[in-house]
This record gives sequence, C-alpha cells and structure tokens, in this order.
Amino acid sequence: MRNRATIQGLGLSLPYLIFASGFVLFPLVFSVYLIFQRWDGMSAAVYVGLKNISRLFQDDLFYQSVLNTIIFLLINVPLQIIFALFFAVLLNSIRFLSGLFRAIYFAPVVVSGVVVTIIWQQLYGYDNGVLNSLLSGIGIARVPWLTSPTIAMPSIAIMATWKNVGLYTALFMVGLQDVPIDLHEAAIIDGANAWKRFYRITIPLLTPTMVLVVILSTINGFSLFVEPYVMTGGGPMNSTMSTLLYIYNQAFYFGHFGYAAALGLFYAAIIFIVVIIQRRVLKEE
Amino acid sequence: MKKALLLTIKYAIVFVFASVFLYPFLWMISGTFKSDFEVMGLSLIPSHPTLANYLLVFERVPIMRALLNSTIVSVTITLSVVTFGAIVGYSLSKIKWSGAKYLTGFIIFTMLIPFQLTLIPTYLVIVKLGLTDNLLGLVIPNALTAVSIIMFRQFFQSIPDSLLEAARIDGCSELEIIFKIVFPLSRPAFITVGILTFLTSWNDVLWPLIVIRERSLMTLPQLVTVFVLGGEAETHLGAELAASTILALPIIILYGFFQKYFIQSFVTSGIKA
Repeated sequence: MRNRATIQGLGLSLPYLIFASGFVLFPLVFSVYLIFQRWDGMSAAVYVGLKNISRLFQDDLFYQSVLNTIIFLLINVPLQIIFALFFAVLLNSIRFLSGLFRAIYFAPVVVSGVVVTIIWQQLYGYDNGVLNSLLSGIGIARVPWLTSPTIAMPSIAIMATWKNVGLYTALFMVGLQDVPIDLHEAAIIDGANAWKRFYRITIPLLTPTMVLVVILSTINGFSLFVEPYVMTGGGPMNSTMSTLLYIYNQAFYFGHFGYAAALGLFYAAIIFIVVIIQRRVLKEE
Repeated sequence: MKKALLLTIKYAIVFVFASVFLYPFLWMISGTFKSDFEVMGLSLIPSHPTLANYLLVFERVPIMRALLNSTIVSVTITLSVVTFGAIVGYSLSKIKWSGAKYLTGFIIFTMLIPFQLTLIPTYLVIVKLGLTDNLLGLVIPNALTAVSIIMFRQFFQSIPDSLLEAARIDGCSELEIIFKIVFPLSRPAFITVGILTFLTSWNDVLWPLIVIRERSLMTLPQLVTVFVLGGEAETHLGAELAASTILALPIIILYGFFQKYFIQSFVTSGIKA
C-alpha cells in the first residue's frame, strides 16, 4: 500500500523532476562551472581560473550598477508604500464606484513594462513632453527628467511606482478588511481622533502586509531591466545602468558569458542577503 | 453637512488620481491617430485623425506575425503550467508518500533563488539544445513553475480526503480522480495560476530578447522594443505609440472583462508567495 503510494507520488511528480533537472538543478551547477570559463557562447569554453572573480572585484561599472539599483530601491519602495497605503485607505473609505477606481489604479500593473516605458519616455520629454508642458504652464522651470544623471534614475523610480502601486494598493485593501471595526469604535468612544486611530490601530495591524509589500517591491526592483533598456539605454553617464541590464550587456552585447555568469552569481547572493535581512528586521518589528 | 463635504473632497482626490492613471493610456491611444505635428500635444482628440501611424507599423515590421507568436507562446506556456502544475501539486498534497514533504521543501527552496543566477546558464542550456531562434526555446524553460505547484498544492489541501477516499472505493483510478473530481472543484486555482502565467509570459521581454534574433519569430513586446530602439520608427512618435497600443490592447480588453479575476489573482499570489 505504501509502496503503491510512493510510485504514484513519484509518477505524478515526474513532470517536475524532469523539468527541474534540466532547468533548475543543471543551471545551478552549470553557473558554478561557468565562473571559471571564458566563453563567447559559440566556440569552445576556455578555463581561466579565478580571472572572472578578480575582474569582478575591479569592475567599477558593476558596482555603480549595483549602487544605481539600490538608489532605485531607496526611492521606489518608500514611494510605493506611502502611495499604496494612502490609496488603500482612501478607496476603502468610499462605497460608490470603489471597485471601479481600484480597477483603474490597478490597470498599469497588467500592462507590459514596454508600453509603460514608451509612454513615459514621451511624458518625460524635455522640450515638449507632457510633464514639462504642464510645469511651464504654471510657471515652473522644465525638469531634465531623463537627461540629467542625478534625476534620470529617480524619474524611472517614479514611473515604476506609477506602474506597480495598484498592486500594493490592492494588497493593503485586503489587509484593511482584516482590521476589526469594533476596535475603531472602541477607540472613538475613548476619544481618539482619526489620525491617532490610523496611527495606533490601522498601521500596527497592517504590519504583515507592509512586510509583504517591502519584500515584493524589493525583489521587483532587483529585476529592473526593460525600463532603462528602452528609455535610456543605461545613460546618461551610466546613471540608470541597472545591474541586470549590465549583466545582460556583458553576456549578449560583449559575449562574455563566463563573466556574466559570475556577475549573476554575485548579484544573486546580494539579493538573497538583502531579502533575508529584510525578513529578519521586519519580523522583529 | 461636514460629512458631505468630506465625501466630496475624497471623491475629488480619487478622481484626480484616477486621471493620473488613465490619462497616459488615453494619450497613447489618441496619439496613434494624430499627425507628427500634433502628437506631442496634451489634447486627447486628434484634430485630423489619420491611420498613417498604423500603416507605417504594418509596413515596417511583421507585427501581426509577432502577435501570433506571442499568442502561441503564451497559450502553450499557460496550458502546460496549469496542467503539470496541478498534477504535481496533487501528488504533493493528496497522495500520502514520504517524498512529498522533501520535494515540497525543495520546491519552496528553489523559489528563493533569484532568477538572475540561472539566467545565463539557462540560455546556454537552450543553446546546447539548439533551441535559439525557436519558439520552443521560449516555451520549454517556462513550461512549469515552482509557484504554480505550490499554489495548486495549497488549494488542493482544502479538498477533504474523504471525498477522494470514496471515489477510490468506487474503483476510480488516481488519474480519474484528478481529472473528474479534483480539477473541476478547483476552478479558482486554475483561474489564478492561468491568469498570472499568461500575463507573465505575454509581457516578458528579457527572455525573448535573449533567445530570439530572427524577426519573424519575435514576440510582440520584443518586436515593439526592437522597433522603437532599432530606428525603424525613425522618430515617428505616432508609429511608436501605435506599435505600443497594439501590444497593450489585447491585455487591456481582457482586463476590462475580467478585472476582478486579475486583481484577485495578483492578491492571492502575493499573499501566498
């Protein structure tokens, strides 16, 4: 009887076992092998020992790309949380058409990042983009959204917030439904004002959702690729070169597959550590 | 009185942000019908509507072919992920075998591995299999996902074992139980996994850029990217917007009909992942 269950279990898991050996386990092992090779992807790989590793430690552009990605995260994650929380509380407090508005706020989430980037590239145009036209219309100086090395990455982070905030809004709205109403009523009787109730009751009860949003948007941010690829090509002055874009260029533009694999492994380790630390710190709070 | 005022202010804010989210899309769609002179304007109504932008796109790039490629790839991936994900999810939740625990643990562990690690090696696997410039090269590495297995597993756990036991006593085979009892009871799980998988593969652009070089095999987001970056749009902004509208429209239409399911899918996967 037990043997039969084992055979059935294994048999039905077979699709995964086959898939995982080819596309999970093998690439993992292969990535370690690749680190020690120089390979253009076509001719035979050449063993180069630790060359890729030593190169990695001297690659200033790689570190800049990591720094760029972190700058993106430091702007994007707080913006997402503030706006998502605001939208969730706002939409939760109205009845009529609340679902429709939630759907409108959510719409950019389902649309391709390529579409969003093409639109925003035009909105961000310096001479006659929509945003600068609006600004100069009310007498504010034009902003070099995508042409200034200090502003370009924040611009991309703002666009990414616009694209994804609907998802985090929807998550916070689910979290808000779990906040018991009688808790608020009791607080009203005790004379707590709206702000105090929000700060003392809603926020603490939303902590699990907050943790979720931080982790999801961090993982999302580490995969930043198509936005700078389409919008700026990593410029100006490499200020929007995200790490994934840099790895992509190393592999598919320069044909340095061994080095790109080494960068991928190192970057994955950074991501892993950041996410683990986030989980720890946020759980303690 | 004070309440009514507060409500009015709330709705005013809600409307302002709704237009912040809607206007860029409407601007894009109206821009596809504008002439080159007009396209950067703020107005949403073209003064001399033209189809020239769409004609330029159709003339320069095989966009309908790309639409077909994207449909083939996304539908195949979705069917595969849903079928195999559900079968494996079943074996991990409803069959009592000792390996289930370990395999589940392993699958959850693989979900923690950032894809940035396996991106390059996976490409080289595709090269070795001779699947570059082949739609199979897009399908096969995405034919099954850890998330889908875990989501099906969690859903199936809520189906009572007694129901399956009764079917076994009636002489149903395990496959009959899966396809005739468990799957029909699990529509929400299939909808969630199906929508997320379809959307992810439809919108993916990194992997197609890596695997496909041949024009006629490109997916829609890839072709639009290449069109915009490769200079074929020749700074005809209207044409860029037209290509981008063709890319966005199928999803926007689907979203219009099924928005509740879309949002629900994202929320459940977010909470469970």
